[in-house]
Amino acid sequence: MNKPVIVFDNVSKNFPLYHHLTGGIKNFLFNLPEAVNSMRNNRFEALKDISFKVHQGETLGIIGRNGAGKSTILGLMAGVLKPSAGGITVKGQIAPLLELGSGFHPELTGRENIMLNGVLLGLTRAEVLKKINEIIEFSELEEFIDQPIRVYSSGMLARLGFSVVSCLDPEILLIDEILAVGDMEFQKKCIDKMMGFKKDGVTMVFVSHAMANVEMICDRAIWIDGGEIREEGEPEKIVEDYQSHI
Amino acid sequence: MMNSRIRHYIDLITVLTQKEMKVRYKSSFLGYVWSILNPLAFAFIFFVIFKVVMRIQMENYTLFLITGLFPWQWFSNSVNLSPGVFLGNASIIKKVNFPRNVTLLAVVLQDMIHFILAIPVIVFFMFVYGKQPSFSWFYGIPFLLGVQLFMTYGITLAVSSINLFFRDLERLTTIFTMFLFYATPILYPVTMIPAKYRSVIDINPLAPLMISWRNLFMEGTLKVELLATSLAYGITAYMVGYFIYKKLCWKFAEVL
Repeated sequence: MNKPVIVFDNVSKNFPLYHHLTGGIKNFLFNLPEAVNSMRNNRFEALKDISFKVHQGETLGIIGRNGAGKSTILGLMAGVLKPSAGGITVKGQIAPLLELGSGFHPELTGRENIMLNGVLLGLTRAEVLKKINEIIEFSELEEFIDQPIRVYSSGMLARLGFSVVSCLDPEILLIDEILAVGDMEFQKKCIDKMMGFKKDGVTMVFVSHAMANVEMICDRAIWIDGGEIREEGEPEKIVEDYQSHI
Repeated sequence: MMNSRIRHYIDLITVLTQKEMKVRYKSSFLGYVWSILNPLAFAFIFFVIFKVVMRIQMENYTLFLITGLFPWQWFSNSVNLSPGVFLGNASIIKKVNFPRNVTLLAVVLQDMIHFILAIPVIVFFMFVYGKQPSFSWFYGIPFLLGVQLFMTYGITLAVSSINLFFRDLERLTTIFTMFLFYATPILYPVTMIPAKYRSVIDINPLAPLMISWRNLFMEGTLKVELLATSLAYGITAYMVGYFIYKKLCWKFAEVL
């Protein structure tokens, strides 16, 4: 077995419920004792003492209900969230695949958005320019690439997003529900691309509700339920158990 | 490794600033002209009120107004926009681990570029009033640009970060900049303030900077004492702002 590149070591994550603060100063001051108390105690436990490893070149699927903690795990991996307890180690350059349209600006053209997105994901301008033709070609959006993306359909946005990330040459790729939009043909293209990544030894973490895709792409799967790992193992087995549970 | 990180940081700032520039006037016909028309319209209104109606006794009052309003416009535009900057980038902040402060720096730089592009308008009005640009502009303008950049960036860092936790700050910011505008000698010269209230100028961090801009544009002079105070205020604002940002930034993805 290859060496682990992502290690979660007894990780817990609490979110304070900030409603007293975001409710404004007035609310906060009028309910000061309660507000301070609630900040201390009123916490939402998104993840409870989770441990797992992802090895180099492995594709890990994460499944579970809405709000189970899947996106929190991805946030922790990407380093935008800090764990409340436990340790996380990530070795290698990590690239999150952005959900529909995030990191894009509607007034900018497709081409300008590729540059924006590429640089936000860690490339220099020269690197993006070198790859921009490849990205445009993969997206099959040549006709629209100099139009502002506010005129794009949601499927076209998904194409653009996936195309940018797929040309990044990341070491670790985080994918959160991207394949749901986009037509069948592009979905197939994405799956093919991900299979290509697998062959090239890219480590992937794949969050999805599309069980068929999880079974097809992943080497291993984790079922998250209420912030805890319910089951871990062969994708077929996990998907079957998860589906029979519903 | 270090080199490529700096390279990437510079690219990030460049691309985000370009984005701000493009987005701001993307669908408007007159584009950049708006960034000049806005302060000019203000100058016109104040000119009518104070020169025509209230008959303030001052030479070159138009030029006096413009040299104060243009740099002020940069400051107030950036500060008034700042509460929404991190909020507006929520989707990307929640997903990608990039330096969040760059989004703010891009906004402040964008307003700075608009100010620089408006300097020819100041020059035009100087010729109208029979004055000429001075040699001291060559070092005076870059210095004051730097000071104002530090000052504005520092304040916006604090405002934008804190606003994620106290959303009321957005409303307070507009009121605050309005007060600050009238408390800064922009519409009136320092000499018109009654002596017993003059200390207001000493505690207003914007005052030495705005007075310096005006002195530089109108007389071509720079007072070392004013420069030193504005630099001290600028660096303090930056350090405080950056400290607050650093304290809070790891929580951004949680509250957005």
